[in-house]
Amino acid sequence: MIRFDGVTKTYADGTTAVDDLSLTAPTGKITVLVGPSGCGKTTTLRMVNRMIEPTAGTILIDGQDTAAMEPAAMRRGMGYVIQHAGLFPHRTVLDNIGTVPRLLGWDRRRTRERSLDVLERVGLSPDLAGRYPAQLSGGQQQRVGVARALAADPPVMLMDEPFSAVDPVVREQLQDEFLRLQAELGKTILFVTHDIDEAIKLGDQVAVMRVGGHLAQMAPPARLLARPVDDFVADFVGRDRGYRALGFRPTPKLPLRAEPTLVVGESPSDMSGQWCLVVDDRRRPLGWVRPGDLRGPVTVADLNRGGTVAVQGGSLRATLDAALSSPSGRGVIVDPTGALVGTVLAPEVVALVEEDRVTQAEAGSSP
Amino acid sequence: MIGAIWTWLTSTSSWSGDDGIPHRLLQHAGYSALVLVVAAAIAVPLGVWIGHSGHGRSLVTVANSLRAVPTLGLLFALTLVLQPHLQGNTAFLLPCVIALVLLAVPPILSGAYAGVEAVDPAARDAAKGVGMRPREVLRHVELPCALPLLMSGLRSAALQVIATATIAAYVGLGGLGRYLVDGIATNDYPRTGGGAVLVALFALVADIVGALVQARVVSPGLTGKGRRLARVDHPTVPSGATAS
Amino acid sequence: MSWLGGHLGEIFQLAWQHAWLAGLPLLVGLAIALPLGWFASRNTRAYVALVTSAGLLYTIPSLALFVLMPLIIGTRILDPVNVVVAMTIYTVALLVRVVADGLQSVPDDVRSAARAMGFGVVRRLVMVDLPLGVPVIASGLRVAAVSNVSIVSVASLIGTHQLGDLLVDGFNRAFAPPLVTGIVGCLLLALLFDGVIVWGARVLTPWLRGGTA
Ligand SMILES: Nc1ncnc2c1ncn2[C@@H]1O[C@H](COP(=O)(O)OP(=O)(O)OP(=O)(O)O)[C@@H](O)[C@H]1O
Ligand SMILES: [Mg+2]
Repeated sequence: MIRFDGVTKTYADGTTAVDDLSLTAPTGKITVLVGPSGCGKTTTLRMVNRMIEPTAGTILIDGQDTAAMEPAAMRRGMGYVIQHAGLFPHRTVLDNIGTVPRLLGWDRRRTRERSLDVLERVGLSPDLAGRYPAQLSGGQQQRVGVARALAADPPVMLMDEPFSAVDPVVREQLQDEFLRLQAELGKTILFVTHDIDEAIKLGDQVAVMRVGGHLAQMAPPARLLARPVDDFVADFVGRDRGYRALGFRPTPKLPLRAEPTLVVGESPSDMSGQWCLVVDDRRRPLGWVRPGDLRGPVTVADLNRGGTVAVQGGSLRATLDAALSSPSGRGVIVDPTGALVGTVLAPEVVALVEEDRVTQAEAGSSP
Repeated sequence: MIGAIWTWLTSTSSWSGDDGIPHRLLQHAGYSALVLVVAAAIAVPLGVWIGHSGHGRSLVTVANSLRAVPTLGLLFALTLVLQPHLQGNTAFLLPCVIALVLLAVPPILSGAYAGVEAVDPAARDAAKGVGMRPREVLRHVELPCALPLLMSGLRSAALQVIATATIAAYVGLGGLGRYLVDGIATNDYPRTGGGAVLVALFALVADIVGALVQARVVSPGLTGKGRRLARVDHPTVPSGATAS
Repeated sequence: MSWLGGHLGEIFQLAWQHAWLAGLPLLVGLAIALPLGWFASRNTRAYVALVTSAGLLYTIPSLALFVLMPLIIGTRILDPVNVVVAMTIYTVALLVRVVADGLQSVPDDVRSAARAMGFGVVRRLVMVDLPLGVPVIASGLRVAAVSNVSIVSVASLIGTHQLGDLLVDGFNRAFAPPLVTGIVGCLLLALLFDGVIVWGARVLTPWLRGGTA
């Protein structure tokens, strides 16, 4: 557990970067610090491992005051992922990852084995072990940065915009891997980002900061979306927060309808029919066809792949999106193995959303 | 004339005795090595410290303006001032060593300073962030990253020292410069030219050795070889989200 | 002081000679290095070849080059042209790389903006690349100037007259005034060259003068 108690940081030039901040990052959870550029996120993070010394207040790690710890030793026990990776250019990927274990006095062999293991955990091929940072893509560098922080298996991780320098597709992938990894490792993580979507996706709880280093609101993501405390948070959280909040509501039991299907190579029996769902041999949906458009048996090229699919029991947001994005108007629902279980219409999902809203409002409780 | 130089270079008398090529070459290498070691002992720690701490940058500027002092004049002045107070070989050697060290210090100092100064602040920050103490930051990050510039400073100093050590013969020292100075004094062009060829060859060999050492000690991650951006492995997009 | 007074004419004569021997190679060297460096900046293979051979030339000790010059260009052994040509070689060797790097230091977006505005190769060189490369080239020229002044003094040992003669004279007679005069003269000359280059670079880069000074 990391606890900030009335922490203030005023730089030598008089800038107050963090102002009387009190918050707790619980053990085994991801706490995200989010806010506009210059609001003091990095300063907050770097005060934990004393890369920056607070002007006032205390920071406790598992009840112990960090001011009383020896900085270098404390940092070795804490993973730190630096904005833009900050890899050592003269060291190979493997040696970069093995930095902290070597500082802790591990022997070469153990360090090597551990580094290879971590390299694989962050989703990189062992072939990259001998490369130098300049030979990696931005996304690979950021993964190596995460691997380096993980190498000595520290209980606490400090991460400063670790996924900022990559394109949206890679970022999404890094986020998914990060969540999978965290599910395995259960670290206490303080995570900095300026991207509210990333904060909501990754955080067990999210601390929104405003310029001047004030904490505007600290809440689990669903609550942040449903109950922003003021205009600043509401504005920062964004306009489509009502829709995004659905991402945190599970879909109740759906009135599923059976869907007639085709496989590639078949010809539809009813050539006049409207949209028809095509599946593979394990009943996984591939796409939609309109029999009227066909000149023979269905080929892969005929498929309309516009629709998303939702997993049964997933969030209301995914279910609604499946219905809205389907060319046929029928949202595809699959089981966890990806096999088709049925379809659902958008009005039916909207009815569920409304029901969900009413029950919540009546319970008077927050989501 | 080329023939005459060749004859001088290949005659057996040029290769024997105290004035023979092996002995003169050894002397020349000896002075150069001594000067470089002394200059490096002064300039490397100083430059590294300036680059590391950011203090005393003006020292680098001062050292660089030293380059404008004509080494020949400095050598003569030091010899005249110091020789009366010294005895034996030192009387010749010390003024030379001082003059040449002053010549070698600026490039080494600038190289060491610029090398450490140019270390990516992110790498330095990361080193601190993973829990390196100041000494470890210096040893594991700043020094290795400074090596390319530090080495080129050392090599450039070595070239200048080898070239300038020839004028030491003018104040009575040995080395390959003897052939140049004595040859000019006696109008013996083959000897002068032969000496010049030898100095040029020696400088070339020394620089090649320097290049080889540099290639060995500098991490490929910091040079062209390691910098080519390798094929970017594009990760596959997770396929669960979109389909159908 | 009395020595100085009695020899002023001779001293100025030598300083003038020194300025020629060190200065002319700077101008000729720059004139040669500019096209070579420009070529190297546009062609990677030429860059490697030119920078490598420049590095090799630079390893040849000055005294050795002075002595060997007659063999290469067929002059007489005591001809001052030997010194001028040798110093020019040094200057070119030092400047080729600087010019190539200086011309490459023009930011890519500026370069493509120039191309987009329809600048041809030569117009772009004269109106964009060269002006923007001036600071880097000037700093290389300053290094060349200072080292030229110092190296030229060595030419006294092979009988070419300039301020180095005062050094040799002072040493041979163990007489301080000419020696000190020679050293100070070299320093002042180096300072003068440096000042002229700095001034020239300032004149050529009015856009850099804005906030500073
Ligand atoms: N060393 C420093 N000296 C003075 N002011 C500083 C220093 N470091 C940061 N600041 C100021 O403190 C404030 C907070 O900076 P900080 O780096 O913590 O912001 P941030 O939230 O991480 O921003 P970003 O999202 O852009 O990284 C800013 O106004 C910044 O200008
Ligand atoms: Mg930041």
